[in-house]
Amino acid sequence: MKFGMMKTHRRNQLLLIVVLIVGAGATLALVMQALTENINLFYSPAQVVAGEAPTNQRIRAGGMVVVGSIQRAVDSLQVSFLVGDLQSAQFPVLYDGILPDLFREGQGVIAGGSLDESGVLIADEILAKHDENYMPPEVAQIMASQQEKTPP
Amino acid sequence: MIIELGHFALILALAMSCCLAVLPGFGVSLGRPALMRTGGSLAAGMFVFTLVSFVCLAQGFIGDDFSVAYVARNSNSALPVYYKISAVWGAHEGSFLLWCLVMSSWTLAVAMFSQQLTDDMRARVLAVLGSVSIGFYLFLIFTSNPFDRTLPFFPSEGADLNPLLQDFGLIVHPPLLYIGYVGLSVPFAFAIASLSSGQLDAAWARWSRPWTNVAWAFLTLGITLGSWWAYYELGWGGWWFWDAVENASFMPWLIATALVHSLAATEKRGVFRSWTVLLAIFAFSFSLLGAFLVRSGVLTSVHAFAVDPERGVFILWYLIIVIGGSLLLYGIRAGQMSVNVGFGWLSRESFILANNLILTVSAITVLLGTIYPLIYEWFSSGQKISVGPPYFNMVFVPLMLPLIALMALSSFSRWRRTATEVLFGRQPIRLLISGLVCLIFCLLTSTWNLWFQVVSLISIWLIVNLLADARYRQGGRGFAGFLKQTPSYYGMWLGHIGIAVSALGIVTTVVMSEELDLLMSPGDKTQIAGYDLRFEGVERVNGPNYSADRGIIAVSRQGRLIEMLYPEKRLYSASQSVMTEADISVSFWRDVYVALGEPIGNQAWSVRVHVKPLVRWIWLGGILIAIGGFTTILDKRYRRLKMARQLQSRAETSVQASLA
Repeated sequence: MKFGMMKTHRRNQLLLIVVLIVGAGATLALVMQALTENINLFYSPAQVVAGEAPTNQRIRAGGMVVVGSIQRAVDSLQVSFLVGDLQSAQFPVLYDGILPDLFREGQGVIAGGSLDESGVLIADEILAKHDENYMPPEVAQIMASQQEKTPP
Repeated sequence: MIIELGHFALILALAMSCCLAVLPGFGVSLGRPALMRTGGSLAAGMFVFTLVSFVCLAQGFIGDDFSVAYVARNSNSALPVYYKISAVWGAHEGSFLLWCLVMSSWTLAVAMFSQQLTDDMRARVLAVLGSVSIGFYLFLIFTSNPFDRTLPFFPSEGADLNPLLQDFGLIVHPPLLYIGYVGLSVPFAFAIASLSSGQLDAAWARWSRPWTNVAWAFLTLGITLGSWWAYYELGWGGWWFWDAVENASFMPWLIATALVHSLAATEKRGVFRSWTVLLAIFAFSFSLLGAFLVRSGVLTSVHAFAVDPERGVFILWYLIIVIGGSLLLYGIRAGQMSVNVGFGWLSRESFILANNLILTVSAITVLLGTIYPLIYEWFSSGQKISVGPPYFNMVFVPLMLPLIALMALSSFSRWRRTATEVLFGRQPIRLLISGLVCLIFCLLTSTWNLWFQVVSLISIWLIVNLLADARYRQGGRGFAGFLKQTPSYYGMWLGHIGIAVSALGIVTTVVMSEELDLLMSPGDKTQIAGYDLRFEGVERVNGPNYSADRGIIAVSRQGRLIEMLYPEKRLYSASQSVMTEADISVSFWRDVYVALGEPIGNQAWSVRVHVKPLVRWIWLGGILIAIGGFTTILDKRYRRLKMARQLQSRAETSVQASLA
C-alpha cells in the first residue's frame, strides 16, 4: 500500500516535470517568435529623412504635424500630411481612414505603417494622445534633445 | 480653509497608519492583548481621517475652489455637479487619494469582520495593512498632494475635466478597479501575517478566501467596465487594446485568478501551501507594479497620467521594499511549510495545479510584452520600440485554449483522485453535442473560420460539461441535486459559465465583425452586414459645457427601421478639445456602432460603422464571473467554523509557545 502510493507520487512528479519542460519550451519558443515578429521600431523625422528607417517593414515614426501640410482628398477619406521635428527634417505620411480627435497641426503624433521606396510613410494607424498636454514620450524626447542643441 | 482641513486630515491618517503598523505589532511581541486590540480603533481612525480628507477635496470641486491647483486643472464651473464629484478621481493626485480611501476601507473592513481571528493574528494582519498604507500616504502627501494651492494668483476658471472622462464609465470604473487592486492587499496581509507568526496551517487559507474572492470579483468588474467604457467612449469600437495600462490591471487579475483556485486547494486539502503564499505575495506585487507602470510614465500608453520622474522613483523603491521584504520573509519561513499530502494525477488538485501554471505563465508573457520596450531600449542604447497587439494575441490565445479545455474536463473532477470513467466516460457524447451545436452555428452564419470553430467548440464543450455536471450532481437526475449545492459551487459554476460566454463573445466579435470607414453626404446610403444605414445629415446641439455636431443616421434591416442613431462630435468649450461620442444600437445578439469622423466639406462627414455580433457577451461573461466571485462568500462555512478554528489555533499557539 505504502509502496503503491510512493509510486504514484513519483509518477506524478515525473509527469509534472515532463509537462513543465515541454510547456515551458513551447511557451518560450512562442514568445520569442511572437516578439521578433511584432516589435515596431521607432524612428524620428531626422532618421527617416536620413534613410535610417527600413522600407517595406512595419515601423513607427513620430514628430509634430507640420502646420499647413494637411491635405485631404475630396471624394475619399485619404489624407496626407508632413511630420517634422524642430529643425528641418520632414517626411510625408499618407493615411486612409478617420483621424483621432486630438490630431491637430503643430501637435505631436505617432504614425504606424511602412515606408515605401519614395520615402512616404503609408500609415495604418495614427496615434495622437487623449490629453492634449500630454506629448508622446518618444516625440518629447526628440524635441528636448533638439532644444538643448539649438542655442536660443 | 476646508482644503487645509483636508490636508491636515490626510496627515493625521498617515499618523494613524504609522501607529497601526507599530502598536499592534508591539502588542504581539510583548504579549500584551490590550495593545494588540488597538488595531481596530486605529484602522477606524485611519478610515475616518481619509474619508474627511476625501470629502474636503470633493467640496473643493463642488465649490469651484480654483485656488487649489488640482481643482483648477481638472474642473470648471460649467461642469455638471456629478462630474465635479467624479473629477475628484479624474487625474493622478485625486485618484491616488481614492486609492488611499479604498485601502483604509479594506483595512477597516478587515478589522470589523475578522472577529473569528485570534487577537494575535488579527493584530498582525492589521499591522501589515497599516505598513502598506504608510507608503501610500507618504507617496500621496509628498509627491502628489491634491491639496496644493496656487496662491496668491490663482485662475478664475478651471481648465475642465478631460472630456473623455466626462462619462458614466469614469464615475464607476476607477472605484471598482481600485477596490479590486487594493483588495489584493488583504490576502497579502494574511500571507505575511501567517509567515511572520509561523502559523502556516491551512487556516490562513480559509481566512483569506472570502477576502480574495471579493477583491478578485471587484477587479473583474473593474476590468469589464473599463473594456466597455473604452468600447463606447474611447475606442472607435475597440474593446481591448493590450495597452500598458490595461495590462497593468490584467496581470494582477491573472495572478489573482490563480490565487483564488490555489486557495481552494490549500483550504480543502492542505496542498500547495507555500505556492499559495507566494501567489498572494505576487498578486499584490503585480497590483503595485501596475500602479508603478501607470503613474511613473515609463511606458507609452493611451491613458498614462502626467509624467513625473520623482513619483516613479518613489513607487519603484516602495515596490522593491514591499516585494523584497516579503520574498525575504518567504525565503526564511517557506521551508517550514512542506507537507506530505499526495494526490492522484486525475484529481481536482492536478487540474488546479495546471490552472495555476497556465495563468502564471500567461501573466509572465503579458508582463514581458508590456515591459519589453524598456528592456529593448536598455540593451540597444536608446532604440525605441513598441510591442504590437499581435504579440499578445499570438501568445495569449494558445495559452487560453488549453485552460478552457481543462476547465471543461475539471467539472467532473474530485479531490484526491477521480475515476477515469467519471472524468472521460461521457466525454465523447458531450464532444459530439458541442460539435453539432458549433456546426449549426457555423451553418447559420456561414462562417468557416478555423479560430472560430476551435474556440467556440471548446467554449460550448465547457458549457455542456457544466450543464451535465449540474444535472448529475449527487447522482440525482433532473436538476434536483443542483439546487442543493453550496454557494461555493454556484460561484464556481457561474464563473466558469462566464468564461465560456466571454470566450464566445470574443471569438465571434473578432471573427465576424464588419467595419466600414466612409464618406457620407446627407441622403447617402450604405449597407453593412445586412443593415441599411442612411445618413440624414448633421444638426447643431448644445450641452451644458459643450457644443456638438449631431449626426442623424437611420438604421434599418430589410426595409424595417430599427433605430435612429445620433453620434456626436463635441467641442468642449473650456478646454477647446474635440470628442467623438459614438452612438450604438444595442442588442443581445449584435451591436450597430456609428461614430462621426470629421466634416470633409460640403456637409459631408467621414463616418465609421461597425456591426459587432455578440460583443455584449464579452462583458456579460465578465459580469457573470464577478457574480460568481461574490456568490462564494455566502458560504456558511466561513461563519460556522469560526469558533472551532479559534480554539484550534489558540491551542496551536500555546503548543508553539511551550515548545519555544
